Amino acid sequence: MKRFIKSIVWLLAVIGFGVGIYGMYLRFTTGHRLADYGSYIPWGLWVAFYIYFIGLSAGSFLLSTLVYVARIERLEKIGKLALFTAFGCLVAALLSIWMDLGHMFRVGNVLLHMNLNSMMSWMGILYSSYFAIILVELWFALRVDLIETAQTGNSGSAAFAKFLSFGSTDTSKEAKARDHARLRVLGTIGVPLAIAFHGGVGALFGVVQARPHWNSGLMPIAFLIGALASGGALLTAVVYIWGPDKNKQQLNEIMKFLGKIVLALILFDFLLEIAEFLVGLYSLAPAERLPLEAILHGPYWYVFWIVHFLIGVVVPVIILFARAVPKGQPDKYVGGSIAFACLLVAVTFIAVRFNIVIPAQINPEIPGLEYAFGGPGLKFTYLPSIMEWLVAAWVTCFGVLLFLVGEKILPIVKDDNREVA
Amino acid sequence: MALIDIKPHEIRKRMIDDIRRALQKPIQDRRWVMVIDQEKCVGCTACTTSCVAENHLPPGVVYRPVVEEEHGNYPNVRKSFLPRPCMQCDDPPCVKVCPAHATWKRMDGIIEINYKRCIGCRYCISACPYSARTFDMGYFYTDNTPEIMQYEREPNFEYGKAWPRKDRESSPVGNARKCTYCIHKVEKGMLPACVSTCIGDATYFGDANDPKSLIAELLASPRARKLREEEGTEPATTYLV
Ligand code: SF4
Ligand code: SF4
Repeated sequence: MKRFIKSIVWLLAVIGFGVGIYGMYLRFTTGHRLADYGSYIPWGLWVAFYIYFIGLSAGSFLLSTLVYVARIERLEKIGKLALFTAFGCLVAALLSIWMDLGHMFRVGNVLLHMNLNSMMSWMGILYSSYFAIILVELWFALRVDLIETAQTGNSGSAAFAKFLSFGSTDTSKEAKARDHARLRVLGTIGVPLAIAFHGGVGALFGVVQARPHWNSGLMPIAFLIGALASGGALLTAVVYIWGPDKNKQQLNEIMKFLGKIVLALILFDFLLEIAEFLVGLYSLAPAERLPLEAILHGPYWYVFWIVHFLIGVVVPVIILFARAVPKGQPDKYVGGSIAFACLLVAVTFIAVRFNIVIPAQINPEIPGLEYAFGGPGLKFTYLPSIMEWLVAAWVTCFGVLLFLVGEKILPIVKDDNREVA
Repeated sequence: MALIDIKPHEIRKRMIDDIRRALQKPIQDRRWVMVIDQEKCVGCTACTTSCVAENHLPPGVVYRPVVEEEHGNYPNVRKSFLPRPCMQCDDPPCVKVCPAHATWKRMDGIIEINYKRCIGCRYCISACPYSARTFDMGYFYTDNTPEIMQYEREPNFEYGKAWPRKDRESSPVGNARKCTYCIHKVEKGMLPACVSTCIGDATYFGDANDPKSLIAELLASPRARKLREEEGTEPATTYLV
């Protein structure tokens, strides 16, 4: 079964990557002219994908700190997997936002001409640090395994592992203890960093006074909880398929533990959402009401009701309540059903991100503006174009393939922990 | 209602004198302001068009649309017109959010964009409460015709530099763009294009720091209002309602 799922994921990723190349070709040859965003709705699908992936990354990174900082023993075996998932998502997120820039090759200006009043400059600083931390942390987490693979593995992966170990050979007890201490320090730095950068992405929207739908102190918090819920859910699904599964009992315990965490987080996230909706809908101001009404019964109502509410909240919550919460001997389908529920949460969370980015922009800041002057991009409606979808697919599949290939050639989960299934 | 005691044919002469006087002063002592008299605006959009011509704006980029507002119910219906240039805010949210310091407030109050530095993230577009910024996506009016016409490639002179429209990638393509108050013309002692073409003499321009200027007199009118004052952006552009 797992082998089948893996092949499906490989297949989808390769197809998406291949088809997405056409989108990338269009993006690089026609710039932004085939996109549906423009001047009145300046941010579109790629921004939504960016905050989606950055949330997944932050969420699984924060869970990895349960291993390296809080030392929760039963999760020990999935620490590296969590870090690597966070890495894949981070790459996809950065690619996605990079595609969105009008001048992609000037992205360095964010650091070169930093404006500390701009949340976006802060993102530049925080992402660079986070990227570095994640790489260094991964290396220390993998160091001993790399050395062991270099000695025992087959020639190709052994050579690669040897290269990646950068000449380090010490696998003594003391060295391992040193690694652990370092990981703890790095993880400890990582926690506030992950909170800062993901809360910061929330603030990036939260500070925009011109868009009342974004302009709220709840934004950074909602982003964080959403990141934990979606990132945690993704990680849970990943653990089931790629994680250590030799010890069935242990795997089921991990799955139930993660399932419960995810359940609590989805519910909490949903609570925040309800608060935001109720308060917003009470308002008479069109700029507050209009985006919410568009979400609930606009032309794209199904994004909220079906994709997010039904498939992303109701169904997974029911499954998780039924499978992750009960005590006693789990049957053999527990892991699978929890993983399925979590996969639903992780995948459908893009709907939440989409509904954050787009509806806030549909209310004309000056009523009648759209009739004053016409031209491409001068409208207040938005539906992502094929090119935008293809680029988003490419970016997503790039991240997935990065994960799949890395998982194959790096000792993320060691063979003696894994059953071939 | 005659707002101030000036004959129509003297208005432009006086504004040009005001500009030239202001240019004698050091830049930090000038404060360029535009006043738009909504009672006099007939909604002809001559200003919109002259702005497109002056700045060689491509499709999808507009600096000064004229928004129509309808009032009343039939048969008691009236229209008013709201030309909307950049407000050149004193406290501009667009400047605050720009991650690359690519847009900033000059000493004379004009908000400038450095096209060479702007990364095209469009954060400023999101943050402007007046939708005054548009994104240049690289269109030409003669797209889908046998030839892109040379006049579309001729440079504009925004902020006093020449910006030819070489191709679909180089700045100002890919940048956020907005009204500059035609500062390139003003600094040569001329009126902004929208002011000199306004058929109703509804748009005025000058140095608010000069008490003798026409603009300073207009700013003292009890009819003076700022757009969306509650945003706290302190716009320089002022409306007489
Ligand atoms: S009107 Fe908009 S673009 Fe112009 S200065 Fe104010 S915030 Fe910036
Ligand atoms: S689009 Fe350009 S000017 Fe606007 S915020 Fe981004 S970098 Fe700054």
